[in-house]
Amino acid sequence: MSEHVTALPEATRDAAPEAPAVIAAARRRRDTLDKIKAIVLGAGFPLLFVVFWHFAVAYTKTKLIPSPHDVGVMMWDFTFGGIYDDAFSATILTHIWMSVTRVYGGFFLAAVIGIPLGLMIGRMKMLRQLLDPTISLLRPIPVTAWLPLSMIFFGLGPKAAVFLVFLGAFYPILLNTIFGVRSVDARLFEAASMLGCTGSAMFREVVFPAALPSIFNGLRVAHGFAWILIVVGEMTGVPTGLGSVIMDGRTLSRTDLVITGMIVIGVMGFITDRIIVMISNRVLSWSPQHHG
Amino acid sequence: MADARRTQLSIRGVTKRFVMGDDEIEALAPVEVSIGSGEFVCLIGASGCGKSTLLRIIAGFEEPTSGSVTSEGKPITGPGSDRGMVFQDYALFPWMTVRQNIGFGPRQRQLPRKEIDEIADEFVRLVGLERFADRYPSQLSGGMKQRVAIARVLANNANTLLMDEPFGALDALTREQLQGELLQIWKRTKVTIIFVTHSVEEAVMMADRVLVMSAGPGRIVNDIKIDLPRPRDVSSPEFNAIRRDVARRLTSHLAPSRALVQAEP
Repeated sequence: MSEHVTALPEATRDAAPEAPAVIAAARRRRDTLDKIKAIVLGAGFPLLFVVFWHFAVAYTKTKLIPSPHDVGVMMWDFTFGGIYDDAFSATILTHIWMSVTRVYGGFFLAAVIGIPLGLMIGRMKMLRQLLDPTISLLRPIPVTAWLPLSMIFFGLGPKAAVFLVFLGAFYPILLNTIFGVRSVDARLFEAASMLGCTGSAMFREVVFPAALPSIFNGLRVAHGFAWILIVVGEMTGVPTGLGSVIMDGRTLSRTDLVITGMIVIGVMGFITDRIIVMISNRVLSWSPQHHG
Repeated sequence: MADARRTQLSIRGVTKRFVMGDDEIEALAPVEVSIGSGEFVCLIGASGCGKSTLLRIIAGFEEPTSGSVTSEGKPITGPGSDRGMVFQDYALFPWMTVRQNIGFGPRQRQLPRKEIDEIADEFVRLVGLERFADRYPSQLSGGMKQRVAIARVLANNANTLLMDEPFGALDALTREQLQGELLQIWKRTKVTIIFVTHSVEEAVMMADRVLVMSAGPGRIVNDIKIDLPRPRDVSSPEFNAIRRDVARRLTSHLAPSRALVQAEP
């Protein structure tokens, strides 16, 4: 039997036959060029924007918007200190750290509750009937509308911020998990049950991994929301964190500080999103549709 | 040959009705059949004749509306590892490698790690996929995926293989090759095989016994024993005589009005 097998063409992901070394080298070269091009284009546009910003500020002589250079100086001082030596000098790590703990506190809480709940709602009809209307009712309410209530529940402070992040991250995780479970080929469950898989093993071994691509989509969307909501959350009487820096910049009319805070949040969100994509590509290496 | 055999599956007065809106569709009229241990049985019939429904009832995925199915004398109440289904679209777990897919059943039985690995390796070898053992299903051809699916149920000690048009999605060459391999596996493992197909040639090529089904409502209309020695020669006159006979019986039940009845879910 095995001699038949060796005669079979190897099915590879590319569906192309083993390419000779020359073609492989050419393809590598093309890939490298493509990557460089992507970086130049991707970084070029923001640079162009900064140039435009510089000339726009210089031309209009506005005092309301700082020039890119002013923001750069502020960023330096925020990071290393030694220029203004005020309350914000060299405090970047403290603020980033505080925001990160709140973002991921809320995010992981949402994942820890949202994923198991989503798996169960997706698999159990009765739970779906019990909770689906409530979820559909609560979901359209903007998270920011919960701000007053969260301040009553948790008082002024970081807990309210974590709560907002949690709410914002919860729905995308929950809904994508439910969707992921619902769209699993029913035959996989049949196959698993005929192989002796039942009860909680079914959740662990089949439902969860089968829904994982969709769960990761949910985590990624939720993670984006988490970084958006941390600013709102920290604008309500929290002394530290990137959101509070922006809020302080506004009250002190220090627009350079506001823009600095915005840039730091943007960069943090970008880097952490790349990390999530990297993790998901690794975990989902089995899935042909999942190479982002 | 089959007379001396123990009865593996006994299907007694099994019927199935589906409710679709206000209509009730009779998918299976009372079906009465016994299948001996180690027998290779092909179920053949036009689409909608209920052959897949019958197979799913034997698998325990569906309950009969009336009647009963017993496997080695024990009534079937749900899916069980003694009966392994091989689906047309493979239904492999895409997040598991070939070896992990095959080891899935033993893992559910909570065998020691070492034993699971040994069983998995044994059945990887049985279907000749040693070189592909660490690949994911998405990296395999259709024929390889179906080999994994067969190995997966055999590794779980299934004594009955339920195959629902298993080679229907494969190209002609791969299909022929897998037919040969399945016959070898069958000879070696002595499992009972119930093989659903709508190819007359495939049925005559593979089976000890061909059950011809007819639609509206689904029932077994012919039970044909095939005594040709194996390996069978598709071009021999004997083979073709039987093939013509089966084809004639198959189409004689295809009255136009019945051909329009679509009941297979």
